Amino acid sequence: MAAIADPSVSIQNLSLNFGSVSVLQTLNLDVAEGEFIVLLGPSGCGKSTLLNCIAGLLDISEGRIFIKGKNVTWEEPKDRGIGMVFQSYALYPQMTVEKNLSFGLRVAGVPKDEIAKRIARAAEILQIEPLLQRKPSALSGGQRQRVAIGRALVRDVDVFLFDEPLSNLDAKLRSELRVEIKLLHRKLENTMIYVTHDQIEAMTLADRIAVMRGGVIQQLDAPQTIYNRPVNRFVAGFLGSPAMNFINGHLEAGEAPVFKADGVSVPLGRYQFDNESGRAAKPCVFGIRPEHIEFGEAARAMPFTAESTVEIVDPMGSDTLVWTKLGGQIISFRVEADKTLRNGDAIRIGFDPARASLFDAETDNRL
Amino acid sequence: MADVSVAAEAAAIRSAASGPSGPKPRHALSRRNIFLYGTLLVVALYYLLPLYVMVVTSLKGMPEIRLGNIFSPPLEITFEPWVKAWSQACTGLNCDGLSRGFWNSVRITVPSVLLSIAIASVNGYALANWRFKGADTFFVILIVGAFIPYQVMIYPIVIILREIGIYGTLTGLVIVHSIFGMPILTLLFRNYFTSMPEELFRAARVDGAGFWGIYLRIMLPMSLPIFVVAIILQVTGIWNDFLFGVVYTRPDTYPMTVQLNNIVNSVQGVKEYNVNMAATILTGLVPLIVYFVSGKLFVRGIAAGAVKG
Repeated sequence: MAAIADPSVSIQNLSLNFGSVSVLQTLNLDVAEGEFIVLLGPSGCGKSTLLNCIAGLLDISEGRIFIKGKNVTWEEPKDRGIGMVFQSYALYPQMTVEKNLSFGLRVAGVPKDEIAKRIARAAEILQIEPLLQRKPSALSGGQRQRVAIGRALVRDVDVFLFDEPLSNLDAKLRSELRVEIKLLHRKLENTMIYVTHDQIEAMTLADRIAVMRGGVIQQLDAPQTIYNRPVNRFVAGFLGSPAMNFINGHLEAGEAPVFKADGVSVPLGRYQFDNESGRAAKPCVFGIRPEHIEFGEAARAMPFTAESTVEIVDPMGSDTLVWTKLGGQIISFRVEADKTLRNGDAIRIGFDPARASLFDAETDNRL
Repeated sequence: MADVSVAAEAAAIRSAASGPSGPKPRHALSRRNIFLYGTLLVVALYYLLPLYVMVVTSLKGMPEIRLGNIFSPPLEITFEPWVKAWSQACTGLNCDGLSRGFWNSVRITVPSVLLSIAIASVNGYALANWRFKGADTFFVILIVGAFIPYQVMIYPIVIILREIGIYGTLTGLVIVHSIFGMPILTLLFRNYFTSMPEELFRAARVDGAGFWGIYLRIMLPMSLPIFVVAIILQVTGIWNDFLFGVVYTRPDTYPMTVQLNNIVNSVQGVKEYNVNMAATILTGLVPLIVYFVSGKLFVRGIAAGAVKG
């Protein structure tokens, strides 16, 4: 990972233990000015914990946190220059929207006209002007989350922290607000750190995604890189829906390495190995995404093709997921919805090994 | 009965024609209902009968009471016993009735309730939201305090109060009540504040509010139900207290309960049952009113505090 010259947020050797349980392990992360970073991972991976550490809501065990070049490791949350948006909105139920927005400013003793100015600006950006005099209980979920974002907005902070802000909303609202957050980021150009377990949010919003597991960042890269060249099997399986297909087999070394699994041999001449030592013969796992498998006539043009039969057909509206067998193992691939396939149909599938991912069967790391 | 059976017959015909449809028919006189309402009725009578006897007796004159028909309503209603109980009954040297005890009890209950709730709510808030070092140990010690019988501590407290120089004063009793209310009230408030979403507390911290800021501006306005519960518990508990009242005060500062006891249990003269009944009802009136006024909030608050612990 290239060092970032003047990071907006810099986390250095951060560790957090709860008693004997280690939640975060010597974690390093540099976030550039104006960057949108998404912390992605399954529940319990420590992503929300990391965010709470950055916010100063949890005391860390080791390491340092810098925001805007200032060491804030021991600072109170309010002095860190952050605004935070929570999953449950966390609006103060007894206050009107306006009072919710102004609470932090009133605590800080900001002059009244300044408060009014900032609320007007935030309300305009988020289009919540008509709601200002309402109580949170009289708002819908989407409106509440807008207000919660507004509360971070009025504080005029450098860094926005989002803790699964859209998880409590229904699918339609979620995609609407996702777009709004993206627009907001473009407009404000603040640094944003966004925690989610939803890969679509991560892919669409992020400049860079940090995929986490067990308190460790597995891969930190642009969404496309993470999608196309996952560093290990966990990242490969976590991103992408429907999930990547994995075929167990082994690698045969030689001038042109070949992946072999129960009657199938895939030439890997076009596959980009991460390093030369990866070419050695060993058991490995071959990963290919469902959308990278072609079928029918298109398959013939592919460097690798195979005959197979349809096992199950899952129509999903926009496209159809077809399950079949390759090398004796079940895999799925995507076809357009208008293709009519039936169970038991004989088909030809094919793919370009250059788009595949190869993992060491023992370490799960990319070869 | 006839209507019910006709309706049932109609339902049976309908169901035979097309199978069951619509709401399942319910019978007002089913075995379940008879048991349920029958039990409720018996229990209600069981509890209300003594109250009835008390009210009726307190409205009778002594000659009528001597006839012995304790369940019969008064032939001639008189409020003389009530007046006597309130302002003329003698205890020791004082003959100004329960009124003196009433005002003593007010002077004990009001400051005790306010003081204990103020301290306990802050305790509970600190324990629930600011997990300071040793918080769990502190909490355990506090809870253990709730299980130690009061009687064990009476004498040590007498000595402590004497040494401080407030033995026998209302101030001393107020302090004792506040301390003894602490374990259960702190538990109550802690559980209530724990059940509140933690993100709210975090949001307030990010907004820059401190310990008191969050307590006064965020938590307090959201905790009306639990404050009502605490007030009811404390008002009834302290008002009905007899033991501390008799130990830690002097005759001229006796609370109402102690004075009531002295009136009812006096061995000299004629037993004035009507005055005793009136005095007892008067003493019990305050907790009764508190329950009736705030019963709904009480139930809601108990449930709210009990969900998560």
